[in-house]
Amino acid sequence: MKRTVLASALLAIAASAAHAESFVKVDGSSTVYPVTEAVAEDFQKSTKGSVKVTVGISGTGGGFKKFCRGEIDVANASRPILKKEMEDCAKAGITYYELPVAFDALTVVVNPKSKITQLSVAQLKKMWEPDAQGKVTNWNQVDPSFGDAPLKLFGAGSDSGTFDYFTEAINGKSKASRGDYTASEDDNVLVQGVSRDINAIGYFGYAYYAENQSKLKAVAIVNSKGAAVLPSEKSVIDGSYNPLARPIFIYVSSKSLERPEVRQFVDFYMTNASTLASEVKYVPLPAKAYQANTDHLNKKKLGTVFGGEAEVGVTIEALIAREAKL
Amino acid sequence: MNHQDIAAVRGIIRSNRRWDLFFAAAGFVALLLGVLAFVTLFGQMVLNGWERLNPDFFMSFPSRRAANAGILSAWVGSLLVMLVTAVSAVPLGVAAGVYLEEYAPKNLVTDIIEINVTNLAGVPSIVYGLLALGVFVYAFGFGQSILTAGLTLGLLILPVIIVATRESLRAIPVHVREGAYGCGATQWQVVRDHLVPYSTPGIMTGVIIGLSRAIGETAPIITIGALTFIAFLPASPISDTAPFINFQWLTSGFTVMPIQMFNWTSRPEEAFQQNAAAAGFILVFMTLMMNGLAIWLRYRLRKSISW
Repeated sequence: MKRTVLASALLAIAASAAHAESFVKVDGSSTVYPVTEAVAEDFQKSTKGSVKVTVGISGTGGGFKKFCRGEIDVANASRPILKKEMEDCAKAGITYYELPVAFDALTVVVNPKSKITQLSVAQLKKMWEPDAQGKVTNWNQVDPSFGDAPLKLFGAGSDSGTFDYFTEAINGKSKASRGDYTASEDDNVLVQGVSRDINAIGYFGYAYYAENQSKLKAVAIVNSKGAAVLPSEKSVIDGSYNPLARPIFIYVSSKSLERPEVRQFVDFYMTNASTLASEVKYVPLPAKAYQANTDHLNKKKLGTVFGGEAEVGVTIEALIAREAKL
Repeated sequence: MNHQDIAAVRGIIRSNRRWDLFFAAAGFVALLLGVLAFVTLFGQMVLNGWERLNPDFFMSFPSRRAANAGILSAWVGSLLVMLVTAVSAVPLGVAAGVYLEEYAPKNLVTDIIEINVTNLAGVPSIVYGLLALGVFVYAFGFGQSILTAGLTLGLLILPVIIVATRESLRAIPVHVREGAYGCGATQWQVVRDHLVPYSTPGIMTGVIIGLSRAIGETAPIITIGALTFIAFLPASPISDTAPFINFQWLTSGFTVMPIQMFNWTSRPEEAFQQNAAAAGFILVFMTLMMNGLAIWLRYRLRKSISW
């Protein structure tokens, strides 16, 4: 009697695994998560729950690991796929589409009472480069005109894509940073830190600045043309806010895309990303970029346009124009 | 005894009394520190989250809009994971405890096992998560499912249940065993009819304390790959067609309360902090209820035992 119960239980488990429902599985970066979550929420409502979307957070790297093992359909990524990950995917026979979905503008912030209004990349580098560790501890060391005041640094923890991109853009090498600053993976901790200290400076994603504008002041960044530009939807889209604006991506497995529910989800993503990205305080791409993504899907343009290298300050036009490679 | 001696003795008594008073005061302050810290934390959570504690909060899925977001998938997930944990850990833990206490020969191997069981109770939970990722998720192919999470937490609380079982078996007076054996009962009969029923209150307490530890665990659940956004419930364990129960829910993806809470605290929008506080309140409340149940059960079951 007991044995039959056990056997039927196992059978039921096996049967349920075999007879799969319509699932779309997404995992990866926590930076891309708010956008994908918003899309998933609305998509699920629009299909009246017939397609079930799940979104996990395991970091861009963790997401690619699962993606290249074929465990998920879509990977959220706050940076392009790297060489090592491309090899893993190739080994497992996973081919993919790379679709930029929005911009994330890294925002440098100071206390509202601070006199600082603009900084150049060179000045930021003076504060954040590895050699500054233990040496650059006063604002006047960055620029004598900033006056004599202790320099209090707040930044992303070393596991986040934000950290990778900021160090690449400012210090010229991904993950190269001084270590003696207040680091947190939780951006709210950084917001609190900067809002309570007049001598503080920090950096994090634009959404956290947008939600806390009364407590923080954004610093204009001197761009490659020599103009000081504040982060905003307009300056990010026209490319004048550089080098701290970066595109964020979803990667879609081509095998998964053959399933109608995944195709439906990705199409829904491309149609609604613009509105939903602004709603969660990200900067949407220009409309032609989403159109280009859809074209890539239709023309089966597989692969990445980055060739496995990290890059800073690429404009969206340049990205669209490039030819993707696996 | 002269006057001076009496004065000296009184002096000693007085100084000893002072120490008494001093220790009582110090102990009270120590107690107060713990209680105040909890009351402050809990009070702040209640104050922050109070507005969100309405029926909608329990019946809504996560959402990008803080006001619409709820904990439905989280509390259902937590509950189902706890169910798997209890079903897997209780029989294993009780059987292992009974064996170690009643059957196992006292030799080196048993000693080693005993030391290991005690040590296992102190292993950091993330280690169980890594073990489960390798064994349950990949080797057994259970995937990132409720089954995996339940079994992982089951392993985590297994030592607690084993130790609790052994402690409560030891608390049974020797004359109960001897009386039963004297009447000609076999070891199995003694265990089945006397030892296990009499130690049930203690075992239940251990089980519930283990479960209330498990329900707050985050690290091993994240390691095995719990989801963050999941806007549907696992298939219902009870169906309206034969065979009336199904096990589909075991393979479903899931999220649990601590993960939902953690996700909300890291959001930029202030309103999500309220949600996190409300979810925290519910989680603490769930733990308190479980501990309350443990105390009540122990009291009820103890009363019904007459030796």
